[in-house]
Amino acid sequence: MKFPDLTELALRNLRESLLRNSLTTIGISVGVASLVAMLSLGTGLQQMLARRLEKSGLFDTVFVSSRRELRGGRQEERSGPTAGESRVLDEAARVEMEHLPNVKEVYPDIRFSTDLQFEDKPHLTMISALPLSAKSNDAFDGMQGRFFSSDTAPEVILQKSFAEELLGKTPPLGAPEPSVAELAKPLLGKELTMHYAQRGDGADQSPAPRPENRENEPAGASYSVVSREQKLTIVGISDLDPESMRGPMRARVFLPLRFAESLHVMQLVDLREISRAASKQPVYSSISVRVKDPSRIEGVEDAIKKMGFTTFSILDASRSLQQVFRVLYAFLGIFGSLALIVASIGIVNTLVMAILERRREIGIMKAIGASDGDVKKLFFAEAGAMGIAGGIIGVVLGWAIGQVINFGTNIYLKSQSIPPEHFWAVPLWLVAFAIGFACFVSLVSGLYPAGRAAKLDPVQALRYE
Amino acid sequence: MTTAPAVSAARGTVAIRSENLCRHYRMGENVIRAVDGVSLEIHTGEFVALLGSSGSGKSSILNLIAGLDRPTSGSVVVQKRDLAKLSREELAKYRLHIVGMVFQSFNLIPSMTVTENVELPLRFAEVDRGRRDSLAREALGRVGLRARMNHRPSELSGGEQQRAALARALINRPQILLADEPTGNLDSHTGKEIMDMVRDFNRELGMTVVMVTHERALAERYAQRMIFLADGKLVDDRANDPAIDSKVAGGRA
Repeated sequence: MKFPDLTELALRNLRESLLRNSLTTIGISVGVASLVAMLSLGTGLQQMLARRLEKSGLFDTVFVSSRRELRGGRQEERSGPTAGESRVLDEAARVEMEHLPNVKEVYPDIRFSTDLQFEDKPHLTMISALPLSAKSNDAFDGMQGRFFSSDTAPEVILQKSFAEELLGKTPPLGAPEPSVAELAKPLLGKELTMHYAQRGDGADQSPAPRPENRENEPAGASYSVVSREQKLTIVGISDLDPESMRGPMRARVFLPLRFAESLHVMQLVDLREISRAASKQPVYSSISVRVKDPSRIEGVEDAIKKMGFTTFSILDASRSLQQVFRVLYAFLGIFGSLALIVASIGIVNTLVMAILERRREIGIMKAIGASDGDVKKLFFAEAGAMGIAGGIIGVVLGWAIGQVINFGTNIYLKSQSIPPEHFWAVPLWLVAFAIGFACFVSLVSGLYPAGRAAKLDPVQALRYE
Repeated sequence: MTTAPAVSAARGTVAIRSENLCRHYRMGENVIRAVDGVSLEIHTGEFVALLGSSGSGKSSILNLIAGLDRPTSGSVVVQKRDLAKLSREELAKYRLHIVGMVFQSFNLIPSMTVTENVELPLRFAEVDRGRRDSLAREALGRVGLRARMNHRPSELSGGEQQRAALARALINRPQILLADEPTGNLDSHTGKEIMDMVRDFNRELGMTVVMVTHERALAERYAQRMIFLADGKLVDDRANDPAIDSKVAGGRA
């Protein structure tokens, strides 16, 4: 039998017992919908996480440090092709990295621990500098106040926990946290006084007068530290922790990068690197290199390694994260498929019923010349048609369920004053896969009924009732 | 009579031959010998009636000739094809092209219109839609059912349904028409109409007709030869006397 005839007859037969076939088709579509819902939740979560991680700046950033920071014994194993001489992480190196292909931004990691005085009380904390590009970091999404007005402004952004500390509002463990807005009110616009140690041999634009006679020490062999004070204006309180990945080294107070550079704050690394610095150029403890595209991170990392530095990126972590998602996918897929498998039993049942009901009809068709193959194909076509219809309806249904859940969740998130998220995605491949899979499952379910119909003995089938 | 020369040349050759044909069924412990060693020859263009009471095996023989069933032993050869040796696929082709069948209960598919029922064998034969339509029209014209083309079987009278079934049996131009009690569900008047039509096919198209019936009068009236069966065995095989035939016809007219 030709394909159009087959389709026509199959659809006619499906229409004949409309209710039963519709119910079976709905069964399939519920199965497909659950599969689509599960997998699009997985895809959506993965995309959301990828977006988040990209925004966090962790996945497109290579952390560069000098090899000197490593212990001597290990250095040999880890050294790249230009082993031996390890380079000083100075301004020249920074400029060189800036010119590597695919590099978006290179900025030094300024990080120091010092006292901040607020209303006559000193608070010791870790301070770090942020480039202006960090504004897009999602840690500042729920921020109160504003980001730095310029890269050199004497302004400061506080992390929520530090703001709590300043106000003496640190909540006991398990108690509900005060909201950022609550904390921001008494703090925004107020001044902090920062006490810090200035490196004496800094660049010319040092805001403090230089007490040393630099002329006598051209290579900066002498080294002085001056205690300084700086007034800072609180402009923002961030809700989330932008440095949660850094553990104990994480900063809770942030300064604009250029401004922090100009302070020439004494950092721990200075003492170790000072003897190696060839010029009066600043020496950095570590540098962050941001790449244009997270997928390019490996090449950039290799290039920096060749320059003689130690690098660290979170790429490995992202790889294992993908592994986790693959497992999650498999689980979601299996659970989603379960409903479809149950629905496929419905197909078997419907078609076996159809054989009993259409025994005579099958007998007639065989008596007038239908081959086993014709009968088999007819039942296959019916199963396939139910599969395709169920698949299409199921995809639409799954998509709709996803939209509703996403909508509902966002209402909830809003009530918790968390920004809405799009964690639901139905990519085109999923649509094609779901319909194809539904069709495949239906055809497999049709295998047994079709075979049984084909083997039906026409003499028995035509015997008078 | 408008008999084609080719058909008249073929007349007299053996169309159907069975040799020691047996069909046994197993029913629990018992073996039912539905057909038990029947040997017969039916010639091309003959109109043969298989007579016998119910359970005599006449329908079983017809099913064996139709290729719907396979013999337990013995052979049935139709148009030089040994049906026992054909594969299932080949048997389907044989049923499609060589034989046409009509039944007591018409056996039209209720969900299809008359035209769709009639052209169904053409779908299995993979004939194009256009040609299918014209052949169905022609066949329905021959049985006088043009006006009822788009009706469903349930909307037709018994006689009309049997005419549709005849049109379906004719559509692939088979050489042999097998009829299983074709008038069993019809009143005598419509039965006569149907039988006249079958006789026309036999005479005008040169089709070999094998009809199963338990009505001796019907067989005497239309068949050229009568084969009597009892308990699966052939008990009598004799030519119908045309004189009696005309006498009966005249007596009833």
